[in-house]
Amino acid sequence: MPPESENPGTEAPIPIGTGALDADLGIGPDGAGVVEAAPGEAGPGGGPWAVAWRRLRRNKVALFSLAVFLLIVICCLLAPVWANQVAHTGPNTTHTLEKLHVGGEVREVVEPSGKAIGPQWFEAGGKFFLGADGHLGRDEMVRLLYGGRSSLFIGIVAALITTILAVTFALLAGYYGGWPDTIISRAMDVIWAFPVVLLGISLGIVLAVGGLVIGPIHLKSSSLWIPTLIIGVVYTPYMARPLRGEILALREKEFIEAAIAQGASGFRIMFVELLPNLLSTIIVFFTLNIANNMLLEAVLSYLGAGVQPPSSSWGTMISEGFQALYSQPILTIIPGTAILLTVLSVNVFGDGLRDALDPKSKVRFEARAGTAAEMDNPI
Amino acid sequence: MLRFAVRRLLGAIAVLFAISVLVFLIFNVVPATNPAQRIAGKNATPQLIKNVEKEWGFDKSLPEQYWTQMKLIFTGEATSYSLAHINIDERILEGIPVTASLCIGAAIIWLAFGILLGYISAMNAGGLVDRFVTVIALIGISMPVFWLASIFLYYLTYKVELFPASGYEPLSNPGKWASHLILPWISLAVLFAGFYSRVLRSSMLDVMNEDYVRTARAKGLSQRRVTVRHVLRNSLIPIVTLFGLDFGVLIGGGAIITESLFNLEGVGYFTAEALGQQDFPSIMAVTIFGAFFIVLFNTFVDIAYAYLDPRIRLGTSAV
Repeated sequence: MPPESENPGTEAPIPIGTGALDADLGIGPDGAGVVEAAPGEAGPGGGPWAVAWRRLRRNKVALFSLAVFLLIVICCLLAPVWANQVAHTGPNTTHTLEKLHVGGEVREVVEPSGKAIGPQWFEAGGKFFLGADGHLGRDEMVRLLYGGRSSLFIGIVAALITTILAVTFALLAGYYGGWPDTIISRAMDVIWAFPVVLLGISLGIVLAVGGLVIGPIHLKSSSLWIPTLIIGVVYTPYMARPLRGEILALREKEFIEAAIAQGASGFRIMFVELLPNLLSTIIVFFTLNIANNMLLEAVLSYLGAGVQPPSSSWGTMISEGFQALYSQPILTIIPGTAILLTVLSVNVFGDGLRDALDPKSKVRFEARAGTAAEMDNPI
Repeated sequence: MLRFAVRRLLGAIAVLFAISVLVFLIFNVVPATNPAQRIAGKNATPQLIKNVEKEWGFDKSLPEQYWTQMKLIFTGEATSYSLAHINIDERILEGIPVTASLCIGAAIIWLAFGILLGYISAMNAGGLVDRFVTVIALIGISMPVFWLASIFLYYLTYKVELFPASGYEPLSNPGKWASHLILPWISLAVLFAGFYSRVLRSSMLDVMNEDYVRTARAKGLSQRRVTVRHVLRNSLIPIVTLFGLDFGVLIGGGAIITESLFNLEGVGYFTAEALGQQDFPSIMAVTIFGAFFIVLFNTFVDIAYAYLDPRIRLGTSAV
């Protein structure tokens, strides 16, 4: 089949789906083993990475999303600049009794009724750009930018943790088979059977109470690393299982046999032979993982099992804002929209990336459902 | 077939046991503070703390503690001290009708829209309609439930009083029941509808290139019959798998946010309440309860799958 049918972004077919290559895409009927076109099996006009890049470049929507995401990241990184140069306040500084002079008019930051000031845009020289956040009178824009730093940090770093753990476990289980595979796969099954959110909140609430002590490392309960580690760990099986399936299929290929025949060490086969063939799947997973992580962070923080005060994130901002939903809906809608935009940009880009790298697009489905067949340990 | 089912069930029991141990360890070994004091609540007398210590077995060894605590949870004798001395298991059981009403309604919506959008998308693959549906689906997947729920609550129940604010009405008055649930249903369904449409789209595109579809066409069947009877039907297999898992999660109390935003006092609402009070016994019970449903549905799906596809039960499928 022409894989291009999967890719709405490319009108002109790219000659990667030649018959010879299709035969090589060993796809089981259950989708357990998806084999990428290995590097070196290039179609005309460069290797598979060049082809993928060309496909991606044509997908203007995906590139636009990437730009939006990078813009959001840059804005959040510049939070201190906005706080110091424009708003002249910090994310946790309260302005309860202060008054604001706007064009000769005096406005109270927090009215006696407890209602906070609404968005001022640039009327007050950038102060209270998006208004204040309820009875404490903190600057909503400054909090949004600082909260975004936390949310993005958790999203990206947790995705890195998931990737490192999942790749390591999948390589060990998939390559060695036998008892390492049994132990790793069973452990993954248990975490898999655990609802992600429930496991996340269980760990989150326990660690929020006492912090985390592992040997010499002591993490305070307000540390951002706690939700980051939790989210990184709970999503690991969702990435490790499909990767293991791919490795099981790759292991039977001739180039692995050749490597074994040449006397290559297990380490070399795993990291030099197998890993490059998994890269495209890993990249797609990593990207989509960032989106999921940010949504999970919001859920955990909303429930009090994620980011703990005095740190704040978009999730904690929603949680605080929701309490005043009917008097000031904007306090819920602003951080909610920030999450929506960021996650959407990551998802759209990830989707384009997957179309470019993995036209057979099995990844998404396996990421969530796994394959029923795979559980029965085929080899 | 029977052998496969028995093996799967035994596996499920083993996984459940492992989960209960994991939950026990998370709540009893990880925290550094005195567990009895935490369970007893903030203003507990020393006598109460002592009673809790005895009741939950904190004065015994770890395996004995595990046994005592699981017995409390599974026999329905566990009491929450932080949440007005309610019986935890009774509270969970009371929540089930609410949670089930929410999940079943939402499931109907998301299946209908997910399948419809996925079908339209696959039929027009690469075209403008497909792109449009893709964007809609991705927005659905990316939408935090808070965002949609807040907008619903503010604009549709407060600004324009189109729907009743929130809370649950029993099914005995179906009209009222549905009007209270329609916004939660939509809020919950959006994510899944978007996701399922993507899955169905790619699954249909795969199936369309199968040999038996070509055979069906060659036999001279009408296009409509081929797409509906041959392509769509077989493309639904991944949807069935996903649905089993997702529905298990939600019915086990996974719709925590939706339930607490809309004040539906189901299992998820109880979880949120327990989290607010940091009431570990309740969270433990809810977590085990939720895991139980997931494992149950997982096992059902696997057995159903094996029934439908002999390759799986004979263990020759992958590779």
